[in-house]
Amino acid sequence: MKRELLKFVFFAALIFAAPLAFKDSYLMNVLVFVGINTMLAVALNLLLGYAGQISLGHAGFFGIGAYLSAILTATYGWNAWLAMPLAALAVGMLAGLIGFPILKLKGHYLAMATLGLGIIIYIVFNETIDLTGGPSGFSGIPNLTFGSLVFDNDIKNYYLVWTFALAVVLFSVNLAGSRVGRSLRAVHDSEVAARAMGVNARLLKVQVFALSAVISSLAGSLYAHTMTFISPASFGFNFSVELLTMVVIGGLGSVYGSFLGAALLTLLPELLRGAQDYDIIIYGGLLMIMVMFMPGGLARGIPDLFRRMTRIREGAGNA
Amino acid sequence: MQLEQILQYVFSGLSTGAIYALIGIGFSIIFNATGIINFAQGEFVMLGGMLTLFFLELLKLPLWAAIPCAVAVSALAGLLFERLAIRPLRQPTPINLVIITIAGSILIRGLAMLLWGKDTHAIPPFSGDEPISIAGATILPQHIWILGITLLVIAVNKFFFYHTISGKAMRACSYNRRAAGLVGIDVRRMVLFSFVISSVLGSLAGIIVAPLTMTAYDVGVMLGLKGFCAAIIGGMSSGIATVVGGLILGVLESLGAGLISSGYKDAIAFIILLLILFIRPQGLFGKAESERV
Repeated sequence: MKRELLKFVFFAALIFAAPLAFKDSYLMNVLVFVGINTMLAVALNLLLGYAGQISLGHAGFFGIGAYLSAILTATYGWNAWLAMPLAALAVGMLAGLIGFPILKLKGHYLAMATLGLGIIIYIVFNETIDLTGGPSGFSGIPNLTFGSLVFDNDIKNYYLVWTFALAVVLFSVNLAGSRVGRSLRAVHDSEVAARAMGVNARLLKVQVFALSAVISSLAGSLYAHTMTFISPASFGFNFSVELLTMVVIGGLGSVYGSFLGAALLTLLPELLRGAQDYDIIIYGGLLMIMVMFMPGGLARGIPDLFRRMTRIREGAGNA
Repeated sequence: MQLEQILQYVFSGLSTGAIYALIGIGFSIIFNATGIINFAQGEFVMLGGMLTLFFLELLKLPLWAAIPCAVAVSALAGLLFERLAIRPLRQPTPINLVIITIAGSILIRGLAMLLWGKDTHAIPPFSGDEPISIAGATILPQHIWILGITLLVIAVNKFFFYHTISGKAMRACSYNRRAAGLVGIDVRRMVLFSFVISSVLGSLAGIIVAPLTMTAYDVGVMLGLKGFCAAIIGGMSSGIATVVGGLILGVLESLGAGLISSGYKDAIAFIILLLILFIRPQGLFGKAESERV
């Protein structure tokens, strides 16, 4: 556990020092997204990587968090710090309620059911125009404030979002190493064996589903308050797939891997701006290559590659 | 609410339902042979429409020649997909299979976008667009084409699976892959076959629906998902149950769009999907199977 803590302190220091190296405001803005996507990827990874339950509907929970925050603050004038936890609570309750029937399903069926759920949520965003503004979006969401501090520029938002993201990372690392984390992995490997050992697999799956949804909702609220504008397009099926890609590319069951996946998939389109129409192909190709050749993702793939390369070099030296 | 109007919704629902049924049968053929839900099934539907357009407009082929060409190219795409993406997979866990077929669908969609752009295109109807009136409601000739071709395909399908050696071999694989292998059936070839057949069915669906709904690089997502709903309602059988499932879905969707709200049309299909998955995952007509461990 001590080693985990050291790893986290190092990671946090790196994140907090990063803005010193970059003065570019545009890049800072992208790094804010990396933070939000890290939260989402870590949340999905708890469900997919640890408990082994797939979800193709997480963009929906992200969206509900964003819209609830937006509606409560901009339309009804609530304090954002009150709206955010309330949104998260509502999403958690919704996920818990839906979780019971939905998590009875396995594999492909679960994928399809969560996908259907995500699409229904997306359609509701589009159709409840009085509430959400429909396809043209929702603007004028207030920034978060803390006393006299208003989070209205990229550097402030960076520290705001990453404070949350680091909290989520720390929480997940702790959870993964705890008794609950071990139960989750047991459910992943064999639900029957886990049950035989006294794990309430059904309840545990629903709990982790709800937890994952709550974190996604928080990420959504942060997204709404930093962007000040949201539209349904950000919360559709494609984004759910993008989140899945982040988790898989980063490595299932690795918290820092999820960060790597989120960072890579957020930065990549920015690096490839000239090739904007190609990014969909790159996503698809990358996802395919990773599943085929690096099933452990970057988190396990990079050390493996490194080890193999040094072994080859040693072999060459001996010969 | 007039009776004619309801009849009208039912007619158009039946023809879209027939499309869902064709796509759904494609899903269940692959599922039965391999246990895979092919999330790229919808992209073959898109390929059918887009390739037909390509052969019609760029190569100036007549319709009767463009359609078989489009089906043939889709079949080749299905074959390549199985050989290049599914078969080489070293750890074919359900999650990996879901991800790889999603990756395949993104890739195919992206390639189609690069090749043919983002515009939506229309394909001319097979035999004019003079509406025919039946009992106060009107239908288009294309609706008749759709129902006719779907019925024909299902008949051919039935014949193939019950009266040819390959079809029987594929059914054997779907009951028990290991036993099928033991009696000398080349299981891998049957898996490849299942991908080819379902891409043919998908592309046919895409071709016959294109004159009604227009086609574009991204039409496959929704159509594929609706086809899956049909297959789930039908309990993943490749026969009449899926056809009935597709028709039920088409009619409910059409009535829902007409009587409730057209904006929620797609939501209706997914609510039905969720309800069926919750209440009867084995499908409306299937027998409950006890959970095997």
